[in-house]
Amino acid sequence: MNQVSPGAAGEMLPPTASEPQHQKKGFSLGDYVERLALVIAWLVVIVVFSILAPDTFFNVRNFTTMFGTQTTLVILALALLIPLTAGDYDISVAATLTMSGMVVAVLNAHHGVPIGAAIAIAIALGALIGFINGFFIIIFEIDAFIVTLGTGTIILGLTLWISASQTVSGVSDWLSSWVVVHRIFGVSYEFYYGLALCILLWYVFDFTAIGRRILFVGRGTNVARLSGIRVGRVRWGCFVAAGIIAAAAGVLYTGTAGASDPTSGQTFLLPAFAAAFLGSTAITPGRFNPWGTFIAVYFLVTGITGLAILGVQTWVQNVFYGGALVVALSLSQIVKKRRERAARL
Amino acid sequence: MDHTVVVRNMSMTFGGQRALDKVSMSIRRGEVHGLVGQNGCGKSTLIKILSGYHHPDPGGELEIDGQPIKLPVRTGSASDLGLSFVHQDLGLLPSLTVVENFRAWTISTKSEWFIRWNKERERTEEAFARFGLGLDPRAIVGDLPAVQRALLAIVRALDDLAQYTKDDDTRGGLLILDEPTVFLPRTDRDRLFDVVRRSVAQGASVLFVSHDLDEALSVTDRITVLRDGRVAGTVVSADTEKDRLVEMIIGRRLEAFEASHRAHTVADAGHVTVDRVRGGSIENVSFTMDEGEVLGLTGLVGSGFEEIPYLLFGAEPAREGRLTIAGHEYDLARMSPSAAIAAGMALIPADRQGAAGVGSLLVRDNVMLQVIDDYRPYRLDRRRYLKAAREALHQYDVRPPEPIMDFQALSGGNQQKVVLAKWLQAAPRVLLVHEPTQGVDVGARLQVFQTITQAAAEGMSVVCASSDYEQLAAICDRVLVFHGGEIMCTLVGDEITKDRITEQCYMSARTLRPDKNMRMQA
Repeated sequence: MNQVSPGAAGEMLPPTASEPQHQKKGFSLGDYVERLALVIAWLVVIVVFSILAPDTFFNVRNFTTMFGTQTTLVILALALLIPLTAGDYDISVAATLTMSGMVVAVLNAHHGVPIGAAIAIAIALGALIGFINGFFIIIFEIDAFIVTLGTGTIILGLTLWISASQTVSGVSDWLSSWVVVHRIFGVSYEFYYGLALCILLWYVFDFTAIGRRILFVGRGTNVARLSGIRVGRVRWGCFVAAGIIAAAAGVLYTGTAGASDPTSGQTFLLPAFAAAFLGSTAITPGRFNPWGTFIAVYFLVTGITGLAILGVQTWVQNVFYGGALVVALSLSQIVKKRRERAARL
Repeated sequence: MDHTVVVRNMSMTFGGQRALDKVSMSIRRGEVHGLVGQNGCGKSTLIKILSGYHHPDPGGELEIDGQPIKLPVRTGSASDLGLSFVHQDLGLLPSLTVVENFRAWTISTKSEWFIRWNKERERTEEAFARFGLGLDPRAIVGDLPAVQRALLAIVRALDDLAQYTKDDDTRGGLLILDEPTVFLPRTDRDRLFDVVRRSVAQGASVLFVSHDLDEALSVTDRITVLRDGRVAGTVVSADTEKDRLVEMIIGRRLEAFEASHRAHTVADAGHVTVDRVRGGSIENVSFTMDEGEVLGLTGLVGSGFEEIPYLLFGAEPAREGRLTIAGHEYDLARMSPSAAIAAGMALIPADRQGAAGVGSLLVRDNVMLQVIDDYRPYRLDRRRYLKAAREALHQYDVRPPEPIMDFQALSGGNQQKVVLAKWLQAAPRVLLVHEPTQGVDVGARLQVFQTITQAAAEGMSVVCASSDYEQLAAICDRVLVFHGGEIMCTLVGDEITKDRITEQCYMSARTLRPDKNMRMQA
């Protein structure tokens, strides 16, 4: 049938086809709206809540609180972004966060390990977890989702063990002071850590060769392999990076509270996924990207905060985050289909 | 004469091109009818019309067991109409058992509350026994030898037909075998033909599609030859010589050619040497290439020629073999794509969107992937990077030459130009290409030819694996014809014409030693 398709393909897409024209520069109005849709939605949410609760919602204090308290989620979502870009799910990031926070607390408060050393150990542990995840996923070729579901559960179990299922408090004030106490422009330091990581990942994904390679691995494993990219190593490296960053999120989480409890970290898992997927519909639509994720976190948090201020009960959080994840997935699928359709025309 | 299937005036047009042009043929009751012709002659189109996949042009007629059938054939209704298909891939689920595969469709469509597996197993065994076969219903299909898998698929299809002919003597039904033997060792094929003959004895008819003319001649009663979408003729197999059949396929008389072409070997030192490579269905293939030579690899489906580029590049695992490029020797059993690239090779696979480029990423990133490290790994100079991408697109005449658009938005021909640009920028010593102009429009096809011959003129050695004989004739300095995983003959110089290559592909089967053990798959 070789002789049949070329003619057909050739006719469908003459080089001067008018349809891809709007895609040509990639800067049409429609594209801008799509890129900034999430930002616009965020502004709409702010306006709506400001009208509904002008005193309690729309004030500086509320905003500095929103910005200053969600860095754990930002950083966890950014950690998730790396394996997602390489085409893998990492369900263990939230457990890594929990364990890392607990390790810092236990070492520092119970064993008198200096806070700096405790942090270094926690981060190294994150790297080790990523390495172990990668080992099973790459060497044994097991589905990443299942492996990380398993390792995540193991990690949670170990966290309960090292903490004797108790909240551990008494962590050095030094950590809290560098996370939440010190402020710039009224916003805690931790916000700027999230921002810095976002900029770092933006640089890696958009301005380095390794960023391009990760993208090729995620989008076309076979193409990447045949282009000489060592796909296994890249994926493995992404799991290690995710482990390190998730562990850093855990350190900040302990710093935020000055203490660590062995279970609450797990509640970050779903919002992190929601933020990553919601973020993939914005800024660079159709691609997981740090700025989209960053904005998505604050969009979600604004919604939750607004609802809380209006006096809605806490169960709404679950409904809101879960709903956001499903909506985000649907949107990103629509974006993908639309691009494919535009390509076919 | 009692006919099972009659096709009249069937035409099919794709984007202005006629794939089938008023094809008429009839298959008698209890007949094994062969269907042969070159790639693109319309065989698959005809079969896909029967299965309901293609909607034919108005005016065609189809009659089965005397009943006119409304066209297009409703998808999924083929077995109710008395048509049963076995395709080249057999359509089995390898991880399931024989009985599950055998009865899967029937069981899943029946609304029963409880599956009685004992009964199903008995039923399966009975069906096999009818064809003189013993097959353990509990065996996992993936563990079976290739021939048993093929037999399973055929008996399953015949069992479907039996449902259709049950209780009605006027019904015959048609089993359509679409090259089910391509991947089978020759000795095993006889068992398959035995099953085919038994089924005919039970009243069915068989349409047997094959590239292997010896096989078609020995198993069929009559053969219809398609050429360029038309019926070139229908012959009685017993009265027909293979040469005559090749003539009908190609459309002209055979020249009397000597065996001298066959013994031809190139005696020079060789810039690239491939020594005894084994892997996939390739058995012990060796050849040498000069700097700047374009070497064509071809053969019929199942001959294995298309596996060579992937084996050399390490994209598919080779069992053994040595490759020498400009004095450096490599062990092919340990070759990987990254090592191949380091050795100076480039591979342009046939699967453009699945293996050559990523459709959802930008043209810029696709075209620059091999040279990205020239832009400093820790600081992509985005402006220079974009400029270089644009220049590459201009150089290879990609239309539009716009780096900031999705790869998938380009036409097939322009995608191929991007892929060529991607690899040629890296200046490989050896370029491996597989079906480089498949799905490429006519204009771009010529540009691809020019690009390849130009690269060769600059000293690159090119391996082009293709079943497009016209293309091989246009660009190759030498063509190796494969059969059964081995090189059967070499064409050089004036011998490289489209017709000569076609002849050799069909004739080379004759030289096959009957005792040769050609295991294709485990």
